[in-house]
This record gives sequence, C-alpha cells and structure tokens, in this order.
Amino acid sequence: MTTLLIDAQNVSKTFVLHQQDGLALPVLDDVSLQVAAGECVALVGPSGAGKSTFLKALYANYLVQAGTIGIFHRGAWVNMATALPHQIVEVRRHTLGYVSQFLRVIPRVSALDIVAEPLVEWGESQEAARVVAGEWLARLNISERLWSLPPATFSGGEQQRVNIARGMIAPRPILLLDEPTASLDAANRAVVIALMQEAKARGAALVGIFHDEATRDTIADRLFTVPLARRLDTAKELTA
Amino acid sequence: MTPILSVRQVAKRYGQRYGCREVSFDLYPGEVLCIVGESGSGKSTLLSTLAGKLAADEGEVTFRDVNGTEHDLLTLAEADRRRLARTEWGFVTQHARDGLRMNVSAGANVSERLMALGQRHYGELRATAGEWLEKVEISAERLDDRPSQFSGGMQQRLQIARNLVTKPRLVFMDEPTGGLDVSVQARFLDLLRRLVHETGIAVIMVTHDLGVARLLAHRTLVMQQGRVVEAGLTDQILDDPQHPYTQLLVSSILQA
Repeated sequence: MTTLLIDAQNVSKTFVLHQQDGLALPVLDDVSLQVAAGECVALVGPSGAGKSTFLKALYANYLVQAGTIGIFHRGAWVNMATALPHQIVEVRRHTLGYVSQFLRVIPRVSALDIVAEPLVEWGESQEAARVVAGEWLARLNISERLWSLPPATFSGGEQQRVNIARGMIAPRPILLLDEPTASLDAANRAVVIALMQEAKARGAALVGIFHDEATRDTIADRLFTVPLARRLDTAKELTA
Repeated sequence: MTPILSVRQVAKRYGQRYGCREVSFDLYPGEVLCIVGESGSGKSTLLSTLAGKLAADEGEVTFRDVNGTEHDLLTLAEADRRRLARTEWGFVTQHARDGLRMNVSAGANVSERLMALGQRHYGELRATAGEWLEKVEISAERLDDRPSQFSGGMQQRLQIARNLVTKPRLVFMDEPTGGLDVSVQARFLDLLRRLVHETGIAVIMVTHDLGVARLLAHRTLVMQQGRVVEAGLTDQILDDPQHPYTQLLVSSILQA
C-alpha cells in the first residue's frame, strides 16, 4: 500500500495584473496531483504552461483561487490553500522543503551557517548542525576554504549547491525542486541526483521541474503534464 | 496554539482623520510580523496604538500573558499596563537615542528593567548585563562606557539587549534598521533572527524595507491610507501580491 503525502485537487490559479488594467491571466485550471512516499514526479509541459506556478502553489508561495492542496504533515492533512500563516511556516519547517534556483539569505552570514540553519530550527545545537552542514558542503564539492564566507560572492553553480544543501539537509518528508541541477556541471549533477535518490529511498515524496532530460529520466518515476489553462490566447501574449 | 495578541477592528483617530482603522489580526508566540507601507500609511500609528503608547478610539486588543490570563489592553489600568510593559513587552525605537538612557553606562541601560522587576544584587546584575552585551556582540569590557561612545549599530544592539534582558514575550520594533548603514544592517538582521529563534519571542516590526520583511518576517501586513489592504505569509505577499497597491509596492523595489 502506498502512503500519499501530497493530494492536490482541482487547483486553479489566475494572476490579475492591476498595473496592466486588471488583466487576468489564467495559469492553472483544475489541476489535480497525488504523490506518494518514495515517489518522484517530474512536472512537464511547454514553457509558460504553469509548472513553476504549480510548484509554488504546492508550497503556498502562490495563492490559489480554487481547489485544495493537501500536505500530509505529522500524521494529519493540512490544506495549504487555506492554512493560516503560522501553520504554513510549521509545515514548511518540518514537512515541506523547497529548493529553488536562487539563494535568498541574510547577507554576511557564512555558507556553513546558512546550510546549518534548518537543522538548528529543528532543535539541533549550532555546533552539531555545523558538522552536518560541513558534510553536505563537502559532498557538494564546495571547497572548505569557502565555508566561512557568505555565498554572495560565490559563482552561480556554487550558490546553487549551497542552496541545495540548505534545502535538503533536514530530512523533510516532501521536497519540491525547481530546476535543482540547472547550472551544474556533470560531476555535481551526479551528486545532486544521488542526493535525490537517497531522499526517495528514505521515503520522501519529490516533485520537481527538471529541464535536463537525462536528469529527469534518471530520477522521475512518472511525468505529470501540467494542463494548459483554457484561455490560452491571453496567456500566449504574456509569455511570448 | 492560542494567539499571544488578538487585534479586532482597531482604529486611532487624529481629530476627524483616521491614523489607522479596521485593523484585525492574531499574532502567535514566536511569530515575526512586519507592517509595511509608505510614510503616512499609518504603520507607526498602529504600532504605537498596539503598544499602548497611543490610546485607541475603537476596537479590541487582547493580550495573553505568560499565565494565560487575558488582558484587554484598551481598558487596562495604567499601572497594569506599565507592569506588562516591563515584564512581558519590549519596545525598540528607530533612533537608539530615544530608547536608551544616554547619560548612564551601557551596563545600567541593560540592568534597568531587571532592577524594575526587583533584582538588587549588584554582582548578579552586572554579570547578566555582561552576558547580554556579549549576546548582542558588544564586548563585556564596554559595560561601563556610555552609549554615546558607541557607534549607531552598537547603540541599536544595546537597545535590543536592554529590551530582551527580562525575556519579554512580545517586542514591538519601529524601523529598527532605519538608521543603520547597509553593512551594519545585515549583521543586525542576522542577530535579530538568531535571538528570535533562541528566545521564541513574538515580534511586531514596522519597516518600509520589503527586503527586511522578506528575511525576517513570517507574516506581513501591507498598509495604505490607514487600512490593512493585504495580509499573509511574507513570501506569498512579495511573490504573488493580490492588491493593486501591494503589486505597485513590490514592482517598485530596486534590484541591486
């Protein structure tokens, strides 16, 4: 029997751009997806079809107008579409991780502490969390001489790897991944694929956007095509 | 979880004009809430009203103290309000000079609230003050120096120590990074984030800087012309703003 961890039903999302005379841009129209523990689902579809929007809706980073976004959190379902902010913060801290392409952190904080932070939030001591953070950075081939430096000056690929370490260090049951291997070389891509395989093996549910087909074919158990919203004409104008 | 502060339909009038109106929200323990908006939007008026520095004209504000006792802040006797302000709240002002006593030592600034709570042992007071200076990254050797000898960033950190020493459960902050250089600001934000995590305090902070809100606040209220036009999770408000004014505000951020 499979254990569901994500149960999104009939999700719809329309952007209303008030600075463009209230232009309505439907992106998601009645999208449903279920993901089980230990499973990796790759979101596919043409650019502008709403893959990224759907992923952000699952994380409650984007508001949806209709539908439910069920996340299995500590033994109970939480609907992220209607949960209160402090509940969402709690679900994200313990259950729902997100790896984006961009690193958004307080400037002047060391890479080591940035990676360690999620474990500290789980109650680990700073020292213990730093040890684990060092292991993650080493595994992702971030040179030890960089660990004490803030990542603002790192290369794009290095920043992305710091981001991956921060996003995956706490073994959360669900991981959302937005192009986690986008600017990585082959060797580092292989490390990230191995990390994702390990997450699956410990029973995590993964949903990701993988531009690189080889990565996608290696990691994904199935593909999910995000259906195009109905009013395609308007959407085309804006994504052209 | 029960909210530490419940705000219902609060309004503050200046003559015929409303400074803020129809404000409602719940704040939970450990939550950091930012109030953003341009100057004149009513955010500082709201903060001062919630903190009891201005008398509200309408609405209800309920505070739950450490024992779970509810206090109606708008009808509370002044003596009780002062006791809560000393034991359960802190207030950090934009200009450290307004929140510190400039003519006494740093140590005395930190000890003042402890003494108001009845601590008298000189050695203990001095030791606690020293610990708190270290916590906000000021050398304990500066204990006897006056705040006027400190840089702006140090003064602001001293103000944090002075407020947090009695372990308040709710701290109000009015543009705490407003007067700091950008380079000092980053370190201050990091310190605040750590202290919030370590102490589990709830914070209500006014800022005009959406970047500060993103890095620090779980939740954000957007104010325009005295009203809250949008409220929610900070990253959702910044990445998927719904209200026309919030969309304008977010699209006006300068990208460095």
